[in-house]
This record gives sequence, structure tokens and C-alpha cells, in this order.
Amino acid sequence: MKKEFTITVYTENQVGLLNRIAIIFSRRKINIDSMNTSPSEVESVHRFTIVITETEDVVIKICRQIEKQVEVLKAYFNTNEELVWQELALYKVPTEVIAEKVLVERLLRQYGARAVVIRKDYIVFEVTGQREETDKLLEVLEPIGLIEFVRSARVAIIKASDGFHSKLKEFEADQPGDQVVENEFLNHKGEVFTM
Amino acid sequence: METIVISPQAATEQKSEAEQVQISGSKAVLEALVNEGVDVIFGYPGGAIMPIYDALYDYQSQLKHILVRHEQGGIHAGQGYARSSGKVGVVFATSGPGATNLVTGLADALIDSTPLVCITGQVFAHLLGTDAFQEVDVINITTPITKWNYQVTDANEIPHVLAKAFHIAKTGRPGPVLIDITKNAQIQKFDYKGYTKCNHIRSYRPKPNVRPEYITAAAKLINEAKKPFVIFGQGIILGKAEKEFKAFIEKGGLPAAWTILGLSALETEHPLNVGMLGMHGNYGPNVLTNECDVLIAVGMRFDDRVTGRLDKYAKQAKIIHLDIDPAEIDKNVKTTVPVWGDCKETLPLITALIDEKQHPNWLNEFYSHSEKEFSACIQAELNPVSGELKMGEVIQVMNEITGGNAIIVTDVGQHQMVACRYTKFNQSKSNITSGGAGTMGFALPAAIGAKYGAPDREVIAIIGDGGFQMTLQELGTIMQSHVDIKILILNNRFLGMVRQWQQLFHDKRYSFVDIESPDYVQLAKAYKIPGKQISLRSELKSSLTEMLHHKGAYLLDVMVEKEDNVFPMVPAGSSVSEIRLK
Repeated sequence: MKKEFTITVYTENQVGLLNRIAIIFSRRKINIDSMNTSPSEVESVHRFTIVITETEDVVIKICRQIEKQVEVLKAYFNTNEELVWQELALYKVPTEVIAEKVLVERLLRQYGARAVVIRKDYIVFEVTGQREETDKLLEVLEPIGLIEFVRSARVAIIKASDGFHSKLKEFEADQPGDQVVENEFLNHKGEVFTM
Repeated sequence: METIVISPQAATEQKSEAEQVQISGSKAVLEALVNEGVDVIFGYPGGAIMPIYDALYDYQSQLKHILVRHEQGGIHAGQGYARSSGKVGVVFATSGPGATNLVTGLADALIDSTPLVCITGQVFAHLLGTDAFQEVDVINITTPITKWNYQVTDANEIPHVLAKAFHIAKTGRPGPVLIDITKNAQIQKFDYKGYTKCNHIRSYRPKPNVRPEYITAAAKLINEAKKPFVIFGQGIILGKAEKEFKAFIEKGGLPAAWTILGLSALETEHPLNVGMLGMHGNYGPNVLTNECDVLIAVGMRFDDRVTGRLDKYAKQAKIIHLDIDPAEIDKNVKTTVPVWGDCKETLPLITALIDEKQHPNWLNEFYSHSEKEFSACIQAELNPVSGELKMGEVIQVMNEITGGNAIIVTDVGQHQMVACRYTKFNQSKSNITSGGAGTMGFALPAAIGAKYGAPDREVIAIIGDGGFQMTLQELGTIMQSHVDIKILILNNRFLGMVRQWQQLFHDKRYSFVDIESPDYVQLAKAYKIPGKQISLRSELKSSLTEMLHHKGAYLLDVMVEKEDNVFPMVPAGSSVSEIRLK
């Protein structure tokens, strides 16, 4: 059965690697629902967070094929239950609407929105949350008057990631990866790094 | 302000010291090749790679360069070299069309795990992205078909990038690496600090750790098996584990069948060698795959041409899969015991734990299936008494002359299946063919490379009339470089494999498979290669003998039966047990 999976990949910071990872999905005609890539807490190591809707069987194979790439340090996959995840949404609305309609003000409070910019002509609000939460505010604002909307890719923390950071620091040392990189046993995902 | 005073003498000294270590990027490329022990390069020059070719002019005594006639020929030659020698093949091409001509060979080398380092020229770095003359985005084109690729824009990168390239190409599961070097980096002078080989990349793990629990589990399954069956692939050859493999099957009395890339890892006449797997493989190995109780796959990847229909493949069996590439485990066939690792390490560990055993009744099942196959298809193919020549009998007669000691390079199609089925092999690294990609036109250039990889061995390229016409420009390379290979064309005046499918599955609607050939003997003559065309059984042995005894290249065009089919056959989408004998 297909469901949402989040794939977390640690890589070297290398030109072209994004393409190398992306084509592993496009080759199987899998659409990427969301992808975030940014530097990790360790110098020169990057972290990808990729969300796709697929069967677990396919996700395991994809993870192994990602991990096979020379510049990939590690790939994991998790279901939504195994993650704490957030997306960031920005909403630009005309200031007059907010000023005129108290209802909107209440709604914004209800969804935990924060004003990022306040100008005479428009206000930019920010909401951090899961897709349904950001969607709900969008639904409410749209009929009232929305100028622009943008949503970030998902960022996710794996609940069972004890020792993640310290293991990642070991990569920094650039030592032979004999014990550090375990590219098998992806299915034992509960105990990442310490299989 | 501090003033530094340098004596005129010291200044000149410094300068001359600096001059000593300053070399061009091009020279650094060639230094890297020399340090990696490269002896042959297959290549074709062009605008964007001219600085490297200019530097090569001074390296001719250390690096032999073979000028091919097309970059595709160059890369297939590199593949042939790598497969016959077990070393890394090196290929040069220029930017743009030169580089795109490598694409087929890269795809072929990736799927057949062939170690290659391809060096392409690229336009000046400041022209990247401007649609400059002969600029093609080679890195992005080749990303899905290389194990690793990298664009060098600064000469300082060259030594360590090439060291990485060789390390990646040859370790773990081997594969092709492409290094694209912009022209400015080739020209640029930089401080050369010598060449250091690479043996570690922090994000790259060539082989997974061997897990003792799986070794024990695998040995236990093998010891309990009543009908164990080994299927093996190129992993044995790539891992240089032929001896370890033989010790393993001999101790356990395990019948073993091969994929076409595994062919020659175990000599043909070994009593436990039960034949070929897959679509045109032998009857016994296919049928008995669905009767064995433990299936032990060694260094093979369960290609669909081997497994046929997956949901009816070895469902009754427990499966042990030995592979160096974790991505292969459970990819196509679910494994009971995954034995990660290099089979050169894992096989002896398992051998130590298995009981010394024979399985005579089980082995006899293979033999009796083999007899059935012999009377149904092989007899008529190998020993016909009348009618036109058969492909099988040509191979049979060739075996008598070579004694199984030659390197056989095949193209793709009927002749390939027949050659793989019937050629006798006594030693490893002797069968070179395009397996995974099925690249027509592979054989002629690959045979050239194979000869350079194993100069003391006889190399015979067996090619169909279709495939030969795809890369026959390489006759020019054979002529110019005096490459001593034998070309055996099995000419049925058809694109035979497609015709066979059209006959069997498309009501004999022969759609564009009727292919005309030029006079190959005349063609070869134009390239100063002697040749002969034959069609009679009475001429076969003497002509083959003449060819094989000839010093230098020779072409023999053998006219074979026009509508001969390769059997047995597992039709596409069928189970291996539904193999057809006719």
C-alpha cells in the first residue's frame, strides 16, 4: 500500500549531487512531493529531506540506490508516525482586510500566525505547521483576499535518532568509514547508525 | 611596514624551483595515468581535448594510444580491455559529439559493471552554459549511466580527482567513471605536488562488512538442503574468486549454472557446471530452478532475462544471495539470507562451514534434462548432416580448433546466444559480451580492446551481420594498429533474433528484419584484412583452421541458415519452468 514516506539523506556538498539523487526517483516515474536540502550542523555535510508517496518495498530499494551513490553518506526512510515534521508557510494579505475584519485577526491567532512584515498596503504572516494546518488558514484567507502564498518543503526530525549528531561529527573527521557508514540494514530503521 | 629583501640569487633559485614543479593540467592527467599503471588508451582527438593530446605526444613511450574510428568504438574497446585484463579501461574523447558518442558504452559498462575511466575535453570554463561550439552538458547527460562523474575546471584538482576516479572505477562493484576537463584546466600550469593514489573516500563504501551471522545461516541452509542449486554471475570474475568458488561448489557437491556474464568463471567441462541460465539457457537449469530447495546466487543480479516471470520464480526455494552491492539484495528476488560482501571473502567463510557432500541423484536430474535437451535441440544444431550451415556447428568446429583457450567476444542476438551456449571455455575472463545493455555493435571494438588486455591470447569476435554493420568502421583501427583478432561473421541475412520473435509471437510478420550486407570480404580487403566467405559444410573446418592459424587479423563470413531459431527459449513473461524446446 502506498503511503507518505520521508527520506533523509546525508551527503557531501557536491555540484550535481541533487541531480544524481533526483533521477533515482524520476527514473521510476515517482513524483517528489517535497524536497528540502540544506547544510547540516556539520561542515560540508548536507541533509536532504525528501517526501514521496510510495510502497515501503519501493522506498527500501530507492534508499539503497541513493546510498549507493559515491557521495552519499547515509540514507534513511521513515513514516510520518516516526517523525516530528514541519513546513513553513507565508501568506501575504492586504492590510485593509486585516484592519477591517476582526474575524481574520481571530483566525490568525487561532492558527498561531506571526506577522513578519507589516506595511500600509500589505502584511505577511507566517505559519509553521503540518500541511493540514497551513492549508486551513489558506482556505480561510483565500476568499477574503490573498495576494501571495508560499510554502516551504518539509523539514523533519527522526524521533528515534539517538546518537545521530555525534555520529555525524565523526564524518567530519574524514577517517576511514569502516565502522561509521553502514549502508546495509536499512530496514532496521529504528536504530539508525547503531545497527 | 615590513620590507622583505630577497637576494637576486635566492629569487632565481626560488623561481627555478617553482618552474620545476609547475606542470600543465594536461601533463598532470598523463602523469596520473602512468602512476595508475595504465598502458593503453583508446581515444579520438578533437578541439576541446587538444592540450591533452599535445601532452600525449611526449608520453608515447609510456602510454600507447590507439586511434579508433568513432568514440563508441573507443569506449567498447576500453570495455573489452577491462574485461579481458581485469584492469581499468581508459578512454579519451573530445567535448560535444565526442562525449555524447560515449553514452551507449557508458550505459553498457554500468550495467555490466565494467571499470572504466573516460576523460572528455570540455569547452573553456568561462564558456560553460553559453552554447559554445561543441559544448554539451556531458555531466548531466552521463549522470544516470556512470558510477561517478566530475567536471574539472581548475588544474589543481586534476591529481586527486583522477586518483578518486580510478579508486571508484575499480573497487566495490566496478563501473564507469567520467571526468570532464575544461580546456582552461588542461592548459593551466599549477604547482604539482606529485601523485598519490586514493584508497579512501569518506562517503564511499566499496564493500559492506561481512556479517558472521549470515555466513552461519547460509551454511546451515546449504547443509540442510537436499536439492541445492548455485547460480553464478560476473561477481566471481570481478572479485577474482574463481578458485574460491570452485572450492565451494566442490566441497558441497553443488550443481552450478551461469548467467552469460558469469560464463567462463567455471570451466565448461567441470562436472558440476550444469549450464546456462535464462531465456536461451539450458533446459535443466531453468526447469530445476523451480524444483531446488535452496537457491544460492553468487555475484549475479537476477536480471529479468534470467528469472523470467518473477512471481513464478523459485517460489519453493530458500534463497541465499551473495553480492557486494547492497542495492541488489531483494531488488528483484526476496532473499532468505543476504550475504553482503565481496565473494572472495564470503565464499571461503561459507565453504569452511559446509559439510563435504555429494548430491548424485539431484545432479543426475540435471544430466537427464540435459540429455532431453540434447536430443530435442542440440543434436540438430551441432551435428547436422544436410542443409545449410548452422550457427551451433560453426561454434562446435571452432571449439575443436581452439580447444577452449580463446577469448570469445560476441555481439548481440542469435549468434550471441548460440556462442554462449556452445563455446567451450577453459579459463576465466574469456567470454566478453554485452549482457545487460544488449548493445549491437559491441563485439568488433570490444575485441580490439580485449586483444590489448590479453595480448598473448587468441581473440575471436563472433558477430552477426546486423551488429557488424553498426561499428564496422573499426576495421580501420584494426588495419592501422595491426590488431591481431579474428572476425567470425555468422551471416543469416536477417536481424535473426527479432525475426525469431516475429515468427513466434507476431505471426511471421517480418517487419524490417531483412537486412542486406555488403561483400564483407571485399570490405575487409579494402582495409587490408584478408578474408573469405563460405557456405559449405565441407569448407568449414579448413576455413576456420586457416583463419585461426593466420598471423594478423582475418575475417571469415560464414553464411548460415537463414531462418534458424535459438532453442530452448523461455518466452518473455513466462516462468522458467515453461521453457520451450521448440
